[in-house]
Amino acid sequence: MDLANVWYLIIAIFWIGFFVLEGFDLGVGVLHRFVGNDDVERRVAINTIGPFWDANEVWLIVGGAAIFAAFPAWYATMFSSLYLALVLVLVALIVRGVAFEFRGKRDSQRWRSGWSWALTISSALVPLLLGVGVGDLLVGLPIDADQNFTGTFWNLLTPYGLLTGVTLLVLCLADGAAFLALKTTDDIRERSRALAVRFGIIGLILAVLWVLYTVLGPGGPKPLALVFMVVAALGIAAGVLYQTKGRDTAAFTGTALGIGGAVAALFASLFPNVMVSSTSAANNLTVANASSGSYALTIMTVVAVIMFPIVLAYQIWNYYVFRARLQAPKELVADVPGLKRDVPDAGKDETSDRQHQ
Amino acid sequence: MSNVDLARLQFAMTSIYHFLFVPLTIGLAFLTAILQTRWHRSGDPNLRKLTRFFGNLLLINIAIGVVTGLVQEFQFGMNWSEYSRFVGDVFGAPLAMEGLAAFFLESTFLGLWLFGWDRLPKKLHLACIWLVSIGSALSALFIIAANSWMQNPVGYQINDQNGRAQLDDVVAIFTNPVFINAYLHVLFASAVTGAVMMLGVAGYQIRKGNKQFLTAAKTSLVVLFPSIILAMGVGSELGVIEATYQPMKIAAAEAQWETCQPCSFSLFQIGGGNDDQDPKQIIEVPYLLSILATNSPDGQVVGLNELQAQYEQEYGPGYYVPNVFVQYWSMRLMAYTASAVALLGALGLFLWWRKKLEGARWFWGLAIIGIFTPYVMNTAGWMLTENGRQPWIVQGLMKTESAASPSVTALEIWISIIVFALVYIILGVIWASLMFRAARKPLPEDEPTAPDDKSRDDVPALTY
Ligand code: HDD
Ligand code: HEM
Ligand code: HEM
Repeated sequence: MDLANVWYLIIAIFWIGFFVLEGFDLGVGVLHRFVGNDDVERRVAINTIGPFWDANEVWLIVGGAAIFAAFPAWYATMFSSLYLALVLVLVALIVRGVAFEFRGKRDSQRWRSGWSWALTISSALVPLLLGVGVGDLLVGLPIDADQNFTGTFWNLLTPYGLLTGVTLLVLCLADGAAFLALKTTDDIRERSRALAVRFGIIGLILAVLWVLYTVLGPGGPKPLALVFMVVAALGIAAGVLYQTKGRDTAAFTGTALGIGGAVAALFASLFPNVMVSSTSAANNLTVANASSGSYALTIMTVVAVIMFPIVLAYQIWNYYVFRARLQAPKELVADVPGLKRDVPDAGKDETSDRQHQ
Repeated sequence: MSNVDLARLQFAMTSIYHFLFVPLTIGLAFLTAILQTRWHRSGDPNLRKLTRFFGNLLLINIAIGVVTGLVQEFQFGMNWSEYSRFVGDVFGAPLAMEGLAAFFLESTFLGLWLFGWDRLPKKLHLACIWLVSIGSALSALFIIAANSWMQNPVGYQINDQNGRAQLDDVVAIFTNPVFINAYLHVLFASAVTGAVMMLGVAGYQIRKGNKQFLTAAKTSLVVLFPSIILAMGVGSELGVIEATYQPMKIAAAEAQWETCQPCSFSLFQIGGGNDDQDPKQIIEVPYLLSILATNSPDGQVVGLNELQAQYEQEYGPGYYVPNVFVQYWSMRLMAYTASAVALLGALGLFLWWRKKLEGARWFWGLAIIGIFTPYVMNTAGWMLTENGRQPWIVQGLMKTESAASPSVTALEIWISIIVFALVYIILGVIWASLMFRAARKPLPEDEPTAPDDKSRDDVPALTY
């Protein structure tokens, strides 16, 4: 297999990894408001992803940088055509990133509730917009013979792209709820399970519609893609089923498989194109005509082969270290700013947040 | 303004902004790791408190560094698609390596460090902060390698079929003399940035009577003084390197229109800028420019006019002189401020030696003012580097004017400039207010020390 194909595969893996991992933390970002009834519960919900979300986001950075390095023409055309959409994605990612870090830094109800809303909205926008973007790669955008985008912002809002975006968003919500069910206890867990079932069912319906649209429309029936589509559908269905039985790990695995399968199906449908031109098939960007030279790809392959297992190893270790379910503390209450439910005056003291950097 | 100018404005704005936070992250991660190591060695609870105190500042800062870095990563494709198409083969590789080797490391171990207090074994927890420090220094390594390639392209070939630059020697990228020196310079500059911040904050606390900060102040002085001296040393070496690879840049930084030998260095001048080749009042130091640019007292520095003629011959008609005013003053701003900071560091060490550090309120006052200086030096340094490369985006290979995205309209760039400017202003205000609050907080009376038992599993539940 030639190296450009290998790099297409590697990039697909990065993007699948991104949606699977960041998928649940985006979901948690949206849902933390709704599964937590008071501030403590919301904090618990956010902290289930606390040690993970930043590293999950790096999958996106690496996915983007790998496109730049291995397929410069793809990077150039895609990022410049999705311009305004990406501005929005970036703003959402900025708001989300600081919302995590800053929400707990001041003891004020308004401060925290503001950041909570910011976290919810930005976490919903990211999968929606990115979904529209990757959907557009397959359904095609107006691209001329010089590989330049000739449309406007409105051309980005294709029906197929929108359906892809909404499907991914709902799958992320289902995944986030499943993750919360897996990592929490008591009331939060019960609420999360209920949400996971609901979003799982909606997600399944959307995914089936999306599969039909892909196969009958832009993707066509490609065998490999069909396999992934079946995996995705079965995964989501299994997620719902296990959720109703209270088997958290299996349910989460199923939902995650659902997202992974869907994104894999998209990349399998796209190959050997990387970006379809709706103007003329002759202008399509393909794995062959967008790739870097073989020397650069060889170097990158060596680096990836060495680094990737190391990265995977310490990320897995990270999940292992923080595998325990989180529970709202019973005794440390007085120490926690804003934690007012048991100790009436807690949180007034400026120095009290030493526990929580 | 043309689209290219708008794209430049946007790039300059977002890059400078990103680089306000990055050096502090690199420097403070290193210093926090040192404090934690000292705590680990001595078991002194005060050092643990200090580690957490400065770790908190580090976290506030990293949050902004990370989110503004995301913008950087996407921008090349968004605003500079022609550039990306042309150089991606060479330039993309370091960026991808950066993600794989540095960002994953930094972000994963930051999470482990933050949530791992009292729950990871102490040694492992200490290793986490060191890995964060190494990760942040590594990310600078790859990005500076990429940037240095734009200053002095090496290890590539132009593909005759598609006219693009293609990597053909990766070793050359990482042995590029511009890269080696610029990377060292950035590392020392970052150490200075972190140390000055720690010194200033400790100074504030000491003035308020919180003597526990004295040990942090001493640690920062030990880092500050050698780092600033080394930064200045490497900086002057960078001048010599520029004279070799980008003579236009150094000539512009000295507003040296005519070739000279030996050359004196002008400390201050009025005029001599863009449309005016005769400066009025000059204060100068004989031979110094020759020494700075060539390491020898009577070396020759080629003037802008002669270089312009040479470049026209080599690259065809055009104007190849960068903005002289920006070059001249950014160089001086950086170097003069650096000298002041070096004095501050020396003064601190002197007072420490005379055992007068603790009571020297005026010194701590200076240290607090000093917090602003790295921002000036870092920004000026990048203005010097990037403005001095103009009109090239890749020295000698591609001009900035042909690098922008043809499909992006002026309106779109304006929208993004305004959106980012607003978001960044808000971020800056929040950053400053949180930093001030965190920096002014006294150390807690008693930290719950760490029983390594699992009953504390609940602690991380409320970290954020
Ligand atoms: C605390 C920060 C700091 C300090 C004390 C200095 N610099 Fe600096 N300088 C930077 C921070 C910086 C920087 C922001 O980090 C730059 C921008 C690009 C780079 O590689 O480093 C830089 C770039 C830079 C360049 C341009 C490199 C290029 O074009 O590639 C030169 C010639 C110098 N410096 C020279 C000096 C001299 C002579 C100094 C002292 C007398 C000095 N720097 C102190
Ligand atoms: C790898 C790192 C970097 C790369 C690849 C890079 C590349 C570029 C590019 C493509 C431009 C726009 C075209 C141009 O005007 O030449 C630019 C301009 C600029 N960059 Fe950088 N840059 C990097 C780091 C930085 C940093 C960290 C700063 C500031 C702290 C900075 C400051 C500037 C400024 C001020 C300009 C505008 C110069 C001008 O237009 O006169 N750059 N750089
Ligand atoms: C203009 C080109 C640049 C690009 C494309 C870029 C890209 C990025 C990205 C994507 C991140 C976020 C990483 C994360 O999520 O963990 C980041 C953060 C970071 N960048 Fe940049 N960056 C640029 C300039 C620079 C420069 C010039 C330096 C150093 C000299 C630097 C050093 C760092 C560091 C240390 C971080 C870690 C976060 C922090 O320290 O606050 N970057 N950068």
